[in-house]
Amino acid sequence: MKLFNCFKPFIVQLLVALVLVFMQVMADLQLPQYMANIVDQGIVLRDNSYILSTGFKMVLIALFGTACAVGVSFLAARIATGFSRNLRKAVFSTVESFSLHEFDKFSTASLITRSTNDIQQIQMVFILMLRIVIAAPIMGIGATVKAYQQAPSMSWIIALAVGVLLCLITIIFLIATPRFRKLQKLVDKLNLVTRQNLTGLRVIRAFNTQKVEEKKFNDVNIDLTKTNLFVNRLTVILQPMMMLIFNVTCLAIVWIGSHYIGDGTLEVGQMMAFMQYSLQVIMAFLMISIVFIMLPRAAVAMRRISEVLKTVPSIKDPPQPKRMPPVFEHGQVEFKNVTYRYPGSDEPALKDISFVAKQGQTTAIIGGTGSGKTTLVNLIPRFYDVTSGSVLVDNVDTREVSYRELRERIGYIPQKAVLFSGTIKSNIGYGVEDASKESVEQSLKVAQAYNFVEELGDTLNARVAQGGSNFSGGQKQRLAIARAIEKAPEIFIFDDSFSALDFKTDAALRKALKSVTKKSATIIVGQRISSVMTAEQIIVLDEGKMVGKGTHAELLKDCQTYREIALSQLSEKELKDNAVKPQQVQEAAV
Amino acid sequence: MSEGKPAPKVFKGGGPGAIGGSGEKAKDFKSTMAKLFSYLKPFKFRSILVVILAIASTIFSIASPKILGNMTNQVFNDYINIRAYDMVMAQLPAGAQLPAGTTGADIIKYVPQDKLQDFSDQQIEQFKELDFSQKPGIDFSSLLHYVYLLIVLYAFSALFMYLQGWIVTDITQRITYNLRRQISHKINKIPLSYYDRRNFGDVLSHVTNDVDTIGQTLNQSMTQLITAISTIIGIFIMMISISWQLTSVAMLLVPFSFLCIGIIVHKSQKFFVGQQEELGKLNGHIEEMYGGHVVVKSFNGEEKSITTFQRINHTLYKSAWKSQFLSGLMMPLMNFFSNLGFVGVSVVGGWLVVKNMINVGDVQAFIQYVRQFNQPIVQAASTTNVLQSTAAAAERVFEFLAEPEEVLESENPVMIPFSDKKIAFKKVVFGYLPGVTVIKGFDAAIQPGQRIAIVGPTGAGKTTMVNLLMRFYDVNSGAIEVDDVDIRNLRRADLRRRFGMVLQDTWLFNGTVRQNLVYGKPDATDEEVDRVVKAAHIDHLIKTLPHGLNSEINEEASNISQGEKQLLTIARAMLTNPPTLILDEATSSVDTRTELLIQQAMDKLMEGRTSFVIAHRLSTIKNADFILVMRGGDIVEKGSHKELLAQNGFYASLYNSQFASQ
Repeated sequence: MKLFNCFKPFIVQLLVALVLVFMQVMADLQLPQYMANIVDQGIVLRDNSYILSTGFKMVLIALFGTACAVGVSFLAARIATGFSRNLRKAVFSTVESFSLHEFDKFSTASLITRSTNDIQQIQMVFILMLRIVIAAPIMGIGATVKAYQQAPSMSWIIALAVGVLLCLITIIFLIATPRFRKLQKLVDKLNLVTRQNLTGLRVIRAFNTQKVEEKKFNDVNIDLTKTNLFVNRLTVILQPMMMLIFNVTCLAIVWIGSHYIGDGTLEVGQMMAFMQYSLQVIMAFLMISIVFIMLPRAAVAMRRISEVLKTVPSIKDPPQPKRMPPVFEHGQVEFKNVTYRYPGSDEPALKDISFVAKQGQTTAIIGGTGSGKTTLVNLIPRFYDVTSGSVLVDNVDTREVSYRELRERIGYIPQKAVLFSGTIKSNIGYGVEDASKESVEQSLKVAQAYNFVEELGDTLNARVAQGGSNFSGGQKQRLAIARAIEKAPEIFIFDDSFSALDFKTDAALRKALKSVTKKSATIIVGQRISSVMTAEQIIVLDEGKMVGKGTHAELLKDCQTYREIALSQLSEKELKDNAVKPQQVQEAAV
Repeated sequence: MSEGKPAPKVFKGGGPGAIGGSGEKAKDFKSTMAKLFSYLKPFKFRSILVVILAIASTIFSIASPKILGNMTNQVFNDYINIRAYDMVMAQLPAGAQLPAGTTGADIIKYVPQDKLQDFSDQQIEQFKELDFSQKPGIDFSSLLHYVYLLIVLYAFSALFMYLQGWIVTDITQRITYNLRRQISHKINKIPLSYYDRRNFGDVLSHVTNDVDTIGQTLNQSMTQLITAISTIIGIFIMMISISWQLTSVAMLLVPFSFLCIGIIVHKSQKFFVGQQEELGKLNGHIEEMYGGHVVVKSFNGEEKSITTFQRINHTLYKSAWKSQFLSGLMMPLMNFFSNLGFVGVSVVGGWLVVKNMINVGDVQAFIQYVRQFNQPIVQAASTTNVLQSTAAAAERVFEFLAEPEEVLESENPVMIPFSDKKIAFKKVVFGYLPGVTVIKGFDAAIQPGQRIAIVGPTGAGKTTMVNLLMRFYDVNSGAIEVDDVDIRNLRRADLRRRFGMVLQDTWLFNGTVRQNLVYGKPDATDEEVDRVVKAAHIDHLIKTLPHGLNSEINEEASNISQGEKQLLTIARAMLTNPPTLILDEATSSVDTRTELLIQQAMDKLMEGRTSFVIAHRLSTIKNADFILVMRGGDIVEKGSHKELLAQNGFYASLYNSQFASQ
């Protein structure tokens, strides 16, 4: 349906284009007829003025045909690029409305290809269709009729030639297709072997196994070359064979035509025109066969796009969203028996989690990889919806309010700091309307990012490259934190957001943060005990279950998992906690 | 992108008839092509054969329309005779027959002058010799000769064309095979400094995209250029031989069509470049927004993002339709000129036939030639563009192949026994970039069996030590010595064999677990493998894998966890039993239990060996014989834990902030 809407504005243009194509083909078909007339009436009857006037008519027809073709080209360009523009917009808007669940389903890379290459592919095929392919059947039918009119008795030659040509193409296509697929696989393999060589340069050199790697590469290289040879040797048959069929057809027409001329049933000019028409018929069929090779590829692209367009985001606003209480009135997040299961997986990623993150307090979430920490915080801004239980922000179920309003209250700093191309100011002020210079500067200062931004020279107008690639990991993290601070959110979510910071900066940042998080609920996800131990409340996750909740001291005493994590890390840190003596810990670790 | 995957290939072509290619140009077209040409040398004989075959096939295919024209001529003449006979017989009473031996000459005397006006003098001459006593027919036996001749010509032309295609394919495939092989060889010869400055994706795209481009375009352009040129010349000769008048009519149009193509190419190039630019911007925006989807969502940035998208999308549309329209004009315009030539030849040819200067068959042949003439011209024009992209791709490949390689091995390498030896740094000065020295005169002597801890904040250059010891980089001045021998006097292979390396970024390849384990010692026995598997605590892991040691590690090595990978690399290093170790203790994104196993395995590995450890654990640091403190690339402090604490310098502050809790 969305697909059709993209195309709707062009229906009239398409109809006009069809008419133009028809007229263009008709004009093309007239020319050999006139040439036959020149021969049969002009030359045979030695009528010069007839030749001239016919020639004049031919120029007019050629001009008319060209004018139509130019019109077709114009409309084809407008329709195809316009359609792909609309399609692109539709796909992009749809993807922007997706929740993380849809992103997981399609994968980001695939969504990018669908929005770029696939649409480009469709545009290309579309333009080809309009410009050439629609003309082919008209041309084929028209030329067949014309040829039949000239010499009905010789039509079988055309049929035979087309038949042979189609057989040839089909056979080559059938043999080549599986090899083409193999070729693609081998190219992937070559890519893989090379990539492994490149990523393992140090190891390969350390083990002196350069020769081994070269041999691996060479094996694939030989395989690839062999397959390439086979495919290419096969496809180079096509052109000579086509030429042969063309030529033999012409010869057959002259030879067989001469018999009819001898019988007086055919004139020489008619024979010549017949030859032209039959070539046009063969060309038309050639075009049509190209469509059959091209269409499947376009169809795949089309299917991939309509898959995106058809997908309805799993997270939608309720029909009548509730209003949330005024900002900062409560400032708390509550998990009530929350269970979350990723679609298609057997085990829930989170099992029966309940806790309250209060205003002005820090709640830390700790656990090993895969314990569900990131999943848990993703439920707060409704990137995913809970499978059972509920998440309440300011005492309202997140599913009952508009997600726009909900997300406005949340300052989220993702695990991987993402910046957008633009300036420092456009990045920091990303979530707010008209951020003032002063407030942006203040946010930068709190995030310990002001110093290095100042060194850039242009300060707030300094350029940020795509993905923030002109900043180091630590700098990106601090900018991402500043961006969240600028929003002055009611709820801060730090998803392992300090990992790239050195300890000094980390400490300074945490200290400065205190001043802006007074009225907010702060949720910190971490892997290291040191980053969570000062929190008012620590939630310990293990394989999706909440195995502990309390302060550092409490957990060290009561929670087995927490103690294990602590033990494995304590050797790095001498905890001034009396519960465990550093000496014991070291022994336990080694 | 940082994993060295090639950037997703963004669609480059501009649709059908996008003229001017992608606008990629080689910096030095001439010398690149000359170099590429030198690759043809081993195929000299075959290349000449290709040229001969191409020319032969073209001659045959060009000669045939003229022969077909002669055939038509004969049919036409015989047809005129039939008409003349019919006309004469129509004057006689039905059923009458002329006496045997009556020729046209006898009859013409009785024909009124005005009846003869329809025929040319030549035709009248032809009638005079015609036997009117029986109905004339078409001389099929002589036509049959033409048929045989043409069939032979067509067959040979096709055969030659195929042979030529076959050989060209062979040549180009061999060349691309060799290029790939050379690149793969070169990859392992270039010093690591080259890669540290670059994206893996670039090198990867040499092997695949660039070589592919060379192969495809070479195949295409070699055949096309030869055929196109010989076709143009051949057709021109044939046209002249039929009629110079018709030839001049046809030639009159060539400059016009060239002018037209030139203007369109020029105009469309501008829009084409614009379209590519906008497309690039749009793809950039899409990648950025999809990549940062979480941020867009959490900051309610969807509308903003769509607005930006629409702005670029609309500019793209404007340049896209223009460039598509203009490139779409090529075909109809070429067609128009071809039709114009067709009309011109028909009219002038018809007139010439009437004037008896040429024959109908000649006109037919000529029309076929005119139709064929435009195609090779367009082909030759597009081939030059194709060659441009060949040159651009070839240049990148040649540049890579010309990169300086690692310094040659010393000519008389010193051999030292494969056992633990003392290692000494003597006034080592080193910098990654010329003029920027990071290690400024480092001295140290390390006794066999000692443990050296390398500490410092992230980005302090801890891997520099690894790079120098393994000779991934050479020192600028000073020397590193093993058993008093400068490591530059050892063979690289011998030096590197002495070091077991376990780095944080684990590298496993696509193959079985066992293949990966024995990577450094392919002849390891099953007992040896079993022993290290146990020592590295991966026996349990291997038992849980579906096929044990023979389980495949998949392409991304994603079917085993990060921690398990690290254990495998430890086992791999254990197997080679090296006297010296280089370890990185960092174990990020590893769950706590695995981390414990890794520590235990590493400790076991270090037993009784000289080891350089990029240290993260306090116990390692405290137990080290020697600590190197790095900051900003340089070694700022060295000594034992106690000594360094007493110095109260950088180490002390680092220790206090990092390890002594808040």
